Amino acid sequence: MEKMSRVTTALGSSSITGRTMFCHLDAPANAISVCRDAAQVVVAGRNIFKIYALEEEQFVEKLNLRVGRKPSLNFSCADVMWHQMEENLLATAATNGAVVTWNLGKPSRNKQDQLFTEHKRTVNKVCFHPTEAYMLLSGSQDGFMKCFDLRKKESVSTFSGQSESVRDVQFSMKDYFTFAASFENGNVQLWDIRRPDRYERMFTAHTGPVFCCDWHPDDRGWLATGGRDKMVKVWDMTTNRAKEIYCVQTIASVARVKWRPEKKFHLATCSMMVDHNIYVWDIRRPFIPFATFEEHKDVTTGIVWRHQHDPQYLLSGSKDSTLYQHMFKDATRPVDKANPEGLCFGLMGDLAFAVNESLVSSDGGRKPYPGGDRRYPFFSFKKPNPTEQFAHVSSALSVFETDLDSSRMDWFVKTAQLYLLSGKPFTELCDHNATVARELKRPQVSTTWTMLRIMFSDPAPGPNHSLSKLGGLPLMNSFSMKEMGPESRLERCKGESRQDNIHLEPGNSHISNNNEENEETEGSDGPTEYMFGDAELDDDDLYPLEHDNQTVAEEPMYTLPPEAFQLRHEIIDNPSVPEHLQQDKADSPHVSGNEAEVACLTPIESFSLISISQPLYSPHLHANFFCPIVREMLSHYAERGDVQMAVSVLIVLGEKIRKEIDDLTQEHWYMSYIDLLQRFELWNVSNEVIKLSTCSAITCLNQTSTTLHINCSNCKRPMSNKGWICDRCRQCASACAVCHHVVKGLFVWCQGCSHGGHLEHIMNWLKNNSHCPAGCGHLCEYT
Amino acid sequence: MRHAIAPSENVENNSIAVTDLFKICTHCERLNKKDLGIRIPRPLGSGPSRFIPEKEILQVSKVDASTQAIFEDAFAALHRLDNISLVMSFHPQYLGSFLRTQHYLLQMDGPLPLHYRHYICIMAAARHQCSYLVNLHVNDFLHVGGNTKWLNGLNEAPQKLQQLGEINKILAHRPWLLTKEHIERLLKAEEHSWSLAELIHALVLLTHYHSLSSFTFGCGIMPEINCDGGHTFRPPSVSQYCVCDIANGNGHANHHNDLLGNQEMCGEVEELMERMKQLQECRDDEEASQEEMATRFEREKTESMLVVTSEDEECVPSRDISRHFEDTSYGYQDFSRRGEQVPTFRAQDYSWEDHGFSLVNRLYPDVGQMLDEKFQMAYNLTYNTMATHKDVDTSMLRRAIWNYIHCMFGIRYDDYDYGEINQLLDRSFKIYIKTMVCSPEKTTKRMYESFWRQFQHSEKVHVNLLLMEARMQAELLYALRAITRYMT
Repeated sequence: MEKMSRVTTALGSSSITGRTMFCHLDAPANAISVCRDAAQVVVAGRNIFKIYALEEEQFVEKLNLRVGRKPSLNFSCADVMWHQMEENLLATAATNGAVVTWNLGKPSRNKQDQLFTEHKRTVNKVCFHPTEAYMLLSGSQDGFMKCFDLRKKESVSTFSGQSESVRDVQFSMKDYFTFAASFENGNVQLWDIRRPDRYERMFTAHTGPVFCCDWHPDDRGWLATGGRDKMVKVWDMTTNRAKEIYCVQTIASVARVKWRPEKKFHLATCSMMVDHNIYVWDIRRPFIPFATFEEHKDVTTGIVWRHQHDPQYLLSGSKDSTLYQHMFKDATRPVDKANPEGLCFGLMGDLAFAVNESLVSSDGGRKPYPGGDRRYPFFSFKKPNPTEQFAHVSSALSVFETDLDSSRMDWFVKTAQLYLLSGKPFTELCDHNATVARELKRPQVSTTWTMLRIMFSDPAPGPNHSLSKLGGLPLMNSFSMKEMGPESRLERCKGESRQDNIHLEPGNSHISNNNEENEETEGSDGPTEYMFGDAELDDDDLYPLEHDNQTVAEEPMYTLPPEAFQLRHEIIDNPSVPEHLQQDKADSPHVSGNEAEVACLTPIESFSLISISQPLYSPHLHANFFCPIVREMLSHYAERGDVQMAVSVLIVLGEKIRKEIDDLTQEHWYMSYIDLLQRFELWNVSNEVIKLSTCSAITCLNQTSTTLHINCSNCKRPMSNKGWICDRCRQCASACAVCHHVVKGLFVWCQGCSHGGHLEHIMNWLKNNSHCPAGCGHLCEYT
Repeated sequence: MRHAIAPSENVENNSIAVTDLFKICTHCERLNKKDLGIRIPRPLGSGPSRFIPEKEILQVSKVDASTQAIFEDAFAALHRLDNISLVMSFHPQYLGSFLRTQHYLLQMDGPLPLHYRHYICIMAAARHQCSYLVNLHVNDFLHVGGNTKWLNGLNEAPQKLQQLGEINKILAHRPWLLTKEHIERLLKAEEHSWSLAELIHALVLLTHYHSLSSFTFGCGIMPEINCDGGHTFRPPSVSQYCVCDIANGNGHANHHNDLLGNQEMCGEVEELMERMKQLQECRDDEEASQEEMATRFEREKTESMLVVTSEDEECVPSRDISRHFEDTSYGYQDFSRRGEQVPTFRAQDYSWEDHGFSLVNRLYPDVGQMLDEKFQMAYNLTYNTMATHKDVDTSMLRRAIWNYIHCMFGIRYDDYDYGEINQLLDRSFKIYIKTMVCSPEKTTKRMYESFWRQFQHSEKVHVNLLLMEARMQAELLYALRAITRYMT
């Protein structure tokens, strides 16, 4: 069979020569058809009906069939077909419902032969019988198909699809009596031309209209259909039930489909909307078109292979008023442009990399997949098949396993979970976050938080704030962090704050008083000196944090000292400091007691505190002065990939910094951070971030996709509005399998058997049992 | 609650004695007596429609299970059961589809933020001065957190929405003038530009609410009690009979008219059926030439122009409404006027099924499917009855109505003989259609009553549904064609 067709190819193509060429038509084309010897093509449309001769270099207009002063609607063609046996015979389907035949052998100018006006609506398709000279079939919008004998004046039989409009009718190439019809409601029917009372077989091929169908020219059982649902399906009709054997998903509704001659697995499609290209598919490779013709500027309305045994020439007409002849060798091959490499991250950070084997060179550090290099199953079925023209491809798949420890993102997850972004006064948030960062061994981040607190501390706190103020106050002195040293402004700032401190003597003594309980051994120091010592101490920025930390949680304290020593070597030299620290630690319970005391400060005390702190922020340095630096700092973090820091600071600082950074950047940061959080499945955190963000584009993320669709557990139908009663089966769908009451709150269910119930009940049940509580025998698993 | 009140019996009595003229129906009286210095809002009329007597409309308490379910769904989604739904409940099948689509457009996932959607609804309804829909959506708009300032007028709304004003105007009155340049202007407006998906969403909303305005006026939907104009604080009993009866058309004067009318127009339905039958039979015999067909379309088109819409009777644009749209003078203009030649839109070249659907579904998934379902539902809905007659094939009549509306928008079906329209639709019906589709705010009760006198109210609502959907499809086709042209 294959060989025979090859021979005919050789015969057929020897007579056809040509190149890719086109000509302008006067009007958009609706359909085209070629005559049997492939020398002429007829183009039909609303305002055009012409025959062109196909010459070597160009199209030559042969005949204009649209004659008459005021052409009637009979000339407004929806479809045209040239008889494949009779060279002079054409048929057109008119939009007004007329079926017209044309005899080119007529001597007069008007070649119109017969006119059938039996259809009440637009005729969508006409089709001549492939071997019978006088048999013509039409399919119309009114839902009827009619078979005409051209020797008679009217139709010989009428087939009623009993459903909506007929979109296409096609005689089978091999079975003399059979034809297929496709319908607007998605059905395809097979009819025997001798039995107009009932279809032989019907099946639903697509959702939505089936715009076209085409019988395979060689394989008698194959029918290709194309529909509005953007699919091309190939059906095997030899079995009892039509079986879908291939399916190609295209990007737009499929308007026409035509098998490529001599190529068993190839077919050409064009689309009805949006997409203007013509694709030739190898149905065994449905993911990427085998070849593409991209010449048309508007939708392609008609495609036809020029000769029924020559796969190299394709003709097409389009709404852009052009008629093209495409040479197959000039087609673009999307495969060539396709990316030959595939790259994908696994869930656990593994990296899979597939590449054409020829491209794989010496592998340095490449770690083969445990089970050896695996090929895609997709490629493995591709063994020698001479009919297929795809380049022989085989790929190597490598998997790179990540070193689990080095690139762990644990710190990210922990940080995200532990950070506090709102709900407490600003300074507390900073302190808390600094502590978190420090515990995770990220001193720089920790320091940044501390500095932020200093820079932006609210200068006029209410009584409640005075507590945190206390913690922050000593730090003021230590402002000149080593990292910031080069910044001259900061130097000056340091000077100022020191000056401030001198003014602050009474206040500091006050503070020391507060601390005295812990530091009784040192109580006798002069205030100034003490303050200096304090300042030195605070140069180790960990002190106040630690102080804070102890009040928050006691357990981390044991891990702290080494870190503190590591960080500030010069402090170790200072004999008073370690002592001081140790004392502090020893007295930690006292500290919390102290804390309680502070919390219930008397009004007088708090008043004094306020008056103290006022000089601290003296020349309005805080809010705006630091903004540029903070902005730079945030960008720095973001650029280094720590968008978490950038966003967290952004949220914590809120209004203080927001205006400094342009919205787009903010949005970008938020988006990246949220994306990261969601990848780590930190839904709660991501939701909090979304909620706290001030960008409108971000906050609205929370308002989309808020619907949870559920199906009834009884009848498996989707449930509408009410969560617990199914409209259809009128039962409480979400009854708890354990207590048999309706669940109206948190509902957990097994994805395997769809039974479930109250969260607690199920948890308890599955502690002791492994089977589903409903008794369905399913082995549910609670994770 | 109001809907659950059974029609008061004394409505019947109203038309008898002179003394009765001063009578207040018990319902109003009761409310009046209760007046203890508290201003109690009172419905202006009873029943959801001004044209249709309340007793004709389904009682919420009496509906069958499936309709009940639809009502429940609607209530759950909107927290109200509006008068439109009540009137549509004549046709529960359609109502389901309608509410599903509307719910999806307004509340489900979509490219536009919620308050934008409601604002667009307001814009669309305001074009037709439909205070009912405007009020409804002003509430919704505020409810979803819209900015009150925007309600002061379009120029207070964001630039992006202001740009939509132009398309809104054209689409509502002369959709055939919509070009790809309009689309381009919206899509390429730098920072205020629309995305294609947003635009489709907006266009579907606009067309939906333009046509819904038509329906609202066409069925004389009463304002909701909680909206402006839906209630009054004045004590009832102003003059002859109770206010609610005036509004509801239950006064005795009207009864007289109806009686007279019914006697006169007795044979109307039979005549119409006879004509349909004739057309069915004769179709094959007299084949009109193609030229004839073309001229018939032209004639119908021009005739539709001559159908004058009556002068304003109760056209009082509410002060609130006019704020929302500009250029009040821009109204419907007949499709074919001398001077400007707009090419006829050929339905075969750009149809909803083949082209429109694909485009909508591509850019706004699922909506294409829903609209498709809704159009088909409206087009194919039939009970095979005409007035009192059963087992009538009404497909011809429905097609005539549908195509007549498309004809007014310049859309022509090659395979339709426009002569049929003349045979099937009489003049008063044409006037009604034309008014309702082109300038719905001018629809009057008299128009509603003067066509198809013998038909039932449910059938008239059915006609209204057809008109609404046909109009929406026509507008949508023009809009989508412009987008397609822009894209190619």
